[in-house]
Amino acid sequence: MDKPWDPSQPILEIDHLSISFFTRAREIPAVMDFSCTVMAGEAMGLVGESGCGKSTVALAVMRDLGKTGRIVGGAIRFKGRDLTHMSDEELRHIRGSEIAMIYQEPMASLNPAMKIGAQLAEVPMIHQGMAKAEAWALARQIVADVRLPDPDRILRSYPHQLSGGQQQRIVIAMALMSKPALLILDEPTTALDVTVEAGIVDLVKDLGEKYGTSLLFISHNLGLVLDVCDRLCVMYSGEAVETGAVKEVFDRMQHPYTQALFRSIPIPGADKTTRPLISIPGNFPLPHERPPGCNFGPRCSYFAAGRCDQGDIPMAPVPFGDRHETRCIRSSEIDWDAPPPARARTERATIGPVVLRMEDVKKYYEVSSGMFGGGGTKVVKANETLSFEAREGETLAIVGESGCGKSTFAKVLMGLETATDGKIMLYDRDIQSTPIEKRSTDTVSGVQMVFQNPFDTLNPSMTIGRQIVRALEIFGEGKDDAARHARMLELLDLVKLPRAFAERMPRQLSGGQKQRVGIARAFAGGAKIVVADEPVSALDVSVQAAVTDLLMEIQRKNGTTLLFISHDLSIVRYLSDRVMVMYLGHVVELGTTDQVFQPPYHPYTEALLSAVPIADTRVEKKRIVLEGDIPSAMNPPPGCPFQTRCRWKSHVPGNLCETEMPPVRMLKGGHQIKCHLSDAEFASMEPVIKIAAE
Amino acid sequence: MTGFLLRRLALLVLTAFCLTMVVFYLTNLPPQLEKIAKFEAGARISDDEVTSWLNNHGYGRPFLARYGEWLGVVPGWTGTDTQGGAMGYCITKGVDPAAAPHYCGVLQGDWGYSSVFKQPVSSILSTRLGLTGILMFWVMVVMVPTSLLMGVLAGMREGSRLDRTLSTVAITTTSTPEYVSGVVLIVLFASSTVGLSPHLFDWGWISDRTLFKGSASSAMDGITFQNFTLPVITIALYGIGYIARMTRASMAEVMTAQYIRTARLKGLSFREVVMRHALRNALIAPFTVIMLQFPWLLNGVVITETLFNYKGFGWTLVQAAGNNDVPLLLGCSVVAVFVVLVTQLLSDVGYAFLNPRIRIG
Repeated sequence: MDKPWDPSQPILEIDHLSISFFTRAREIPAVMDFSCTVMAGEAMGLVGESGCGKSTVALAVMRDLGKTGRIVGGAIRFKGRDLTHMSDEELRHIRGSEIAMIYQEPMASLNPAMKIGAQLAEVPMIHQGMAKAEAWALARQIVADVRLPDPDRILRSYPHQLSGGQQQRIVIAMALMSKPALLILDEPTTALDVTVEAGIVDLVKDLGEKYGTSLLFISHNLGLVLDVCDRLCVMYSGEAVETGAVKEVFDRMQHPYTQALFRSIPIPGADKTTRPLISIPGNFPLPHERPPGCNFGPRCSYFAAGRCDQGDIPMAPVPFGDRHETRCIRSSEIDWDAPPPARARTERATIGPVVLRMEDVKKYYEVSSGMFGGGGTKVVKANETLSFEAREGETLAIVGESGCGKSTFAKVLMGLETATDGKIMLYDRDIQSTPIEKRSTDTVSGVQMVFQNPFDTLNPSMTIGRQIVRALEIFGEGKDDAARHARMLELLDLVKLPRAFAERMPRQLSGGQKQRVGIARAFAGGAKIVVADEPVSALDVSVQAAVTDLLMEIQRKNGTTLLFISHDLSIVRYLSDRVMVMYLGHVVELGTTDQVFQPPYHPYTEALLSAVPIADTRVEKKRIVLEGDIPSAMNPPPGCPFQTRCRWKSHVPGNLCETEMPPVRMLKGGHQIKCHLSDAEFASMEPVIKIAAE
Repeated sequence: MTGFLLRRLALLVLTAFCLTMVVFYLTNLPPQLEKIAKFEAGARISDDEVTSWLNNHGYGRPFLARYGEWLGVVPGWTGTDTQGGAMGYCITKGVDPAAAPHYCGVLQGDWGYSSVFKQPVSSILSTRLGLTGILMFWVMVVMVPTSLLMGVLAGMREGSRLDRTLSTVAITTTSTPEYVSGVVLIVLFASSTVGLSPHLFDWGWISDRTLFKGSASSAMDGITFQNFTLPVITIALYGIGYIARMTRASMAEVMTAQYIRTARLKGLSFREVVMRHALRNALIAPFTVIMLQFPWLLNGVVITETLFNYKGFGWTLVQAAGNNDVPLLLGCSVVAVFVVLVTQLLSDVGYAFLNPRIRIG
């Protein structure tokens, strides 16, 4: 029926594709005039912020746009056959067998009521008509291929019995079951921890090479794209704005949006006082409010009125480079090497006296093992001997992967939980055993929190102004309603939101704006200590920079102590004065930012640093991939908590690591490391991240 | 698992204890006692006579003592009747008072003596429950498959014409109470003058005057299609709509889940997606609802059995309540508690069986 496909031709060719979603009111164009080509064995990256249409493109390739989405123009050719005109029957033969997809949330993508083996074996059974036993044998082999331990046990388990990283490996295994020619990965590691992410990325790259699979890799993380892809395509507001080979786009970008994106993410060597992040002004245009001409125009610093806002701007090849194209009419006029406009250098905040001191704080939870109680109770050691102090005006970052106890620590500090043991001193007051209901208004307003998810932390049925005024009432600020209203407006000024927003409802705000409201609320009572629990991780890259800057600015103004909880080491390096690294409830390393980011490292810090993807082609990294998962806090390993995954363990004589909890070692400059390694070993450590000479 | 069952059993006993105490208290309020006295000793006795009758017959003692007597933890009350013979809580007529036991409550297996039916409560309950059990069984046989099928078909393609049609039917049946649907069904199918039956008879399609019978009293001796269809349908209709709505919601939610997209993008056909991936997940929520329907059915049974004159548990409950038959009423409450908690237990165990994420420890 079809002529055989010529492998020298593109495996996937998207040609001027346009996709719209149809609502009752109007047609909403989601993707316009999108073209891209993936050759056999090539890895193509699709980069952009949320809402730019990258996932829509992926789903269009799978022809799974739902009831409301429709392809309104262009073609998607897979091995020369146009997918847009295929019948359901033909599509079914391609889905899962020739094109497979890997999704963002592994837990949600696996059927909770079906065993892993059955879900995997299903694929060859439908596509190749394989017998059941044979399909299970193949599933076993592929599970071993994705480097999961004990494949037989895994095949017999249900998805909820596996960890997040293992689940994602299963989703990958499922995609590989019938050796597809094209693999679409939609933010495959966003829901995972960095060290797990590093393992998954390695696996995807290796498998891509082993099976010769082409990849369409969708991500918002530029560093990850640099790691995985050969070529990339940057999308903005439904359009491709720049495409080309990864190295070329990174080093010789030709579109203002690409440039702005790079300038808004922290890279090694940058810090908040010398090279502040430059956020992209304005907001992402809504699909039905796109400006005429260039979509990025209103936010672009190179905008030329009369040229950029006239008519559609086509993709045009760049004179140099390999299939490098940009959607900018001024690309040849702009001096791309010019440094970003210098911004006023800000003074480093002065560090004052100690405001918060924690001494040997422990938090244990007792959990009963069964759903209905019964069975023995187990103790989860969420925090073990946590000791540190934080000073006025200081930013202390708390870093670690999920399950390391950083959120428990925040809860204990806030008084949402009380500590099992130890002391928490706020100024000279003992607050460790005072739950929040019993704390004085002063203490409550003095210790505040900025939450991770701005979408869930605002009351959806109360205006913004009312919510801030409510916080002021609770903190006992202001004499009367008028004073509080005035103070609320000041707070809106402080977080750089228009005063008119006081009357708006949370649903009318974007994610970044909501987070600003969260910040205003936290600072309403003149907070002395603010715990920011991953305050920007739910936001888009271009907004992250603005929110981070705002937080820093308020901190400088008020001399607030900021406890910045994060898993993102780039941003931690950029903004913090001191860093505390946690693993399984223990503080494994504590020191100034420079001390922590340079050798000697704690072995865990070393692995963490190497796992962070960095969007800079000059950076050379040592690759250290941690084996296995984080042990359960319910059943921690004996001795050093990190000994099960440590690559330095063999350097410690005897079985010290397995039997004894390492002591806290004081190195020079107050740098603390909890490790058994000798001083000589520490001295021999090499930096993980090197910036190659230019 | 054993621990879980034991705890549930303890809960069952505790609930039964509390509920019977409440029922006992309410049925033994002074106006109720007065009614009993007048019922037993004559309607025209004076207030003083009422008090003395009550005192003489053991009703004058404190509430807790009398509840204990019913439970069987307090010795039964004894006294002498007007002829000087011994009488008491544990003494049945015609039995030697000396041989009567001291304790004769529920714990001893003695559920008391029904004043309406003049029979021991336990024997009434067992026969009546048997009859209701048969009714319930057929209701379930009709209701569960129909409603699940309707729900799955409707939820499978949310917003389709099939979905809207089935949803309309489901909403209509579940918003019609039994006392309305029962009457409507009788008029439509069981009347010799209106509805379908006269026409069918004229055309010679049925030999009887009516298609179905409006009374189910003959069903107590033997079930036939004619005498049992209407009561079964009346109870089932209400539940069908309710369970179908639940199943539809659950199915519609499952169909939008990401793992359904995974299944679809594996290349499965729509039929395979529904049968292999959606169905089991979609049936987890309605399962609890179906188990909850059992207690609800007891409710419907009261109305339907009275309406169709089918002398089962519901009909007995109405008789007991209407005639101040305290021992029978208490017996009925214990049975009701038992039915509710046992179905809940089954529902929890079954839920854990359907949903692998839940394990009972």
